[in-house]
Amino acid sequence: MKTFGGPVLFLDRDDINTDEIIPAKYLTEITKQDLKPYILEDLKLNGFDPKGPKTKNARVIVSRANFGCGSSREHAPWVFEVNDITAVVAESFARIFRQNMFNCGMAAIELPKADLDLIFSHAQDADASMNIDIEAQTLTMTMTGGGKQKTFNFELSPFDKALVLAGGWVDYADTKY
Amino acid sequence: MFLLHLFDLNIGKEGLYNMGKTTAEKIFATHLVDEPFSGTKVLKLDVVLCHEITTPIAIDDLIVRGKDRVFDASRIKAVIDHVTPSKDSKTATQAKILRDWARRQGIKDFFDVGANGVCHALFPEKGFIRPGNTVIMGDSHTCTHGAFGAFAAGVGTTDLEVGILKGVCAFREPRSIRVNVNGQLPKGVYAKDVVLTLIGMIGVNGATDRVIEFRGSTIDTMTMESRMTLCNMSIEAGGTSGICMPDMTTVEYLWPFIQGEFATKEAALADYQQWCSDDDAAYEQTIEIDAAGLVPVATFNFKPDQVKAVTEFTDNRVDQIYLGSCTNGRLEDLRIAAQILKGRKLAENVRGILSPATPKIYRDAMKEGLIDIFLDAGFCVTNSTCGACLGMSNGVLADGEVCASTTNRNFNGRMGKGGMVHLMSPATAAATAIEGKIADPRNYL
Ligand code: SF4
Repeated sequence: MKTFGGPVLFLDRDDINTDEIIPAKYLTEITKQDLKPYILEDLKLNGFDPKGPKTKNARVIVSRANFGCGSSREHAPWVFEVNDITAVVAESFARIFRQNMFNCGMAAIELPKADLDLIFSHAQDADASMNIDIEAQTLTMTMTGGGKQKTFNFELSPFDKALVLAGGWVDYADTKY
Repeated sequence: MFLLHLFDLNIGKEGLYNMGKTTAEKIFATHLVDEPFSGTKVLKLDVVLCHEITTPIAIDDLIVRGKDRVFDASRIKAVIDHVTPSKDSKTATQAKILRDWARRQGIKDFFDVGANGVCHALFPEKGFIRPGNTVIMGDSHTCTHGAFGAFAAGVGTTDLEVGILKGVCAFREPRSIRVNVNGQLPKGVYAKDVVLTLIGMIGVNGATDRVIEFRGSTIDTMTMESRMTLCNMSIEAGGTSGICMPDMTTVEYLWPFIQGEFATKEAALADYQQWCSDDDAAYEQTIEIDAAGLVPVATFNFKPDQVKAVTEFTDNRVDQIYLGSCTNGRLEDLRIAAQILKGRKLAENVRGILSPATPKIYRDAMKEGLIDIFLDAGFCVTNSTCGACLGMSNGVLADGEVCASTTNRNFNGRMGKGGMVHLMSPATAAATAIEGKIADPRNYL
């Protein structure tokens, strides 16, 4: 069973772009690990600190519409991956970012706005966390107090699901084409 | 000024069988290799383009996997363009990885220092992109090449890696949005104003997973350069590719490269027009723009859809003018800017930087006396490179500085941490250079 999850980092804004996720000046780094300290460095958002404990502890990012717009840089999913963030939940994604996530075996999950509004209403919970089950296509949110849970359903295309389960697109394509 | 028609088709694919096809649908149908899952189409690639920022990691990964091969060296084109000549040991290493790989794999169309220029200006200039082609690159502005009637999409490093290795790429088949631009553009209004206005209308995700098809009499009379400017910015509305219909203008542009393939230009045209969308093709949405109603515009704030008429903010001060990039660094752009700058000087409070997008553009501009005009006006003329466009080199902004720029992206920090970018046409940038604050180019034409 492939699951993702853990503490949530809430980024309550539309159109968070790849320059904000990882500025271009770091694209000269040769290894993924070198990107690690620069996660979300240029993102300006009320109450958000790229170096703060919430960023450090996060395993899932929750955001709004058109997440990951802008450049094609796969450094954006990579900087999440090396910071142990392997899933992003949003209302919608930019095409290239979304595909890059699946190509890396990570998950870009779309939920309707109403579900996200509900999830964001717990943005101040100190220990909000999520569990994402790829096969079952369910996302379970745990709110403050530990006991309270709510489950949401999402849909992945069969191809995207296969990529997450296979862990990436390179070997898949090399054996098939 | 605009009419927005929304047709939600709501018909399954079966319902479309008897209808005509769009350019994108024709290209998908002819390049389909596999449909491993419903909705996912694996396409055969005609051209894979590479630069030194996103390709070296793909090359390294192929080496680690023991798959250091390419599907077809003649279909791969590579350039060092983002930071060139290299500015430090990290960028030198990126350049070296690409250079060594091109030599090792026998990639003949590799462009190094002295011959290199901004990818989306250089590759079309070499005649590499043809109507009906499928093109990918690890660069979001790959959509530029749709100006030739091609399907051209930016991809990440993993897709690029598979493209290099196997010559295929998987896509969700995009629907097309048709943008009809009709009539004559007023004085001082250019392709850049058209596309910024469109992005302002539909928003930064107005075309996500869609192809933007640019049609209408305004586009028919545009040069290939202007069409590339339009298609280049499709991604700023989230679009997978921009596309223009191949016509005689396309044939004339490509003629030096294709005259061995076709007996006459008419024969080339007849062949290329098979890729034009059918009259009864279905569009998800049609947008009408009346060219005569357009005005010079620029962006404010940090998103490409935050667009307003330049007359609304002519008091905004700027620190730097940047002319260049894959959007507006071509000869036509330099001519327009030079026409305004001729005999004039940069305002005292600003500095001007020009990067002709390719060495050929540089040389042609020199022959035409354009470079003298820029130098006389007080501009610094750099080599052909992306450089300042992505805040890497040759004109990075300091915190709090503002740049009037002919590039395509105004994200926070794009041209330097804490800096701000106003996107605009070369004419508006030239007028702004003279006044030192955002200015209306129509006062100088
Ligand atoms: S000029 Fe700018 S937008 Fe164009 S390819 Fe270079 S960095 Fe990207």
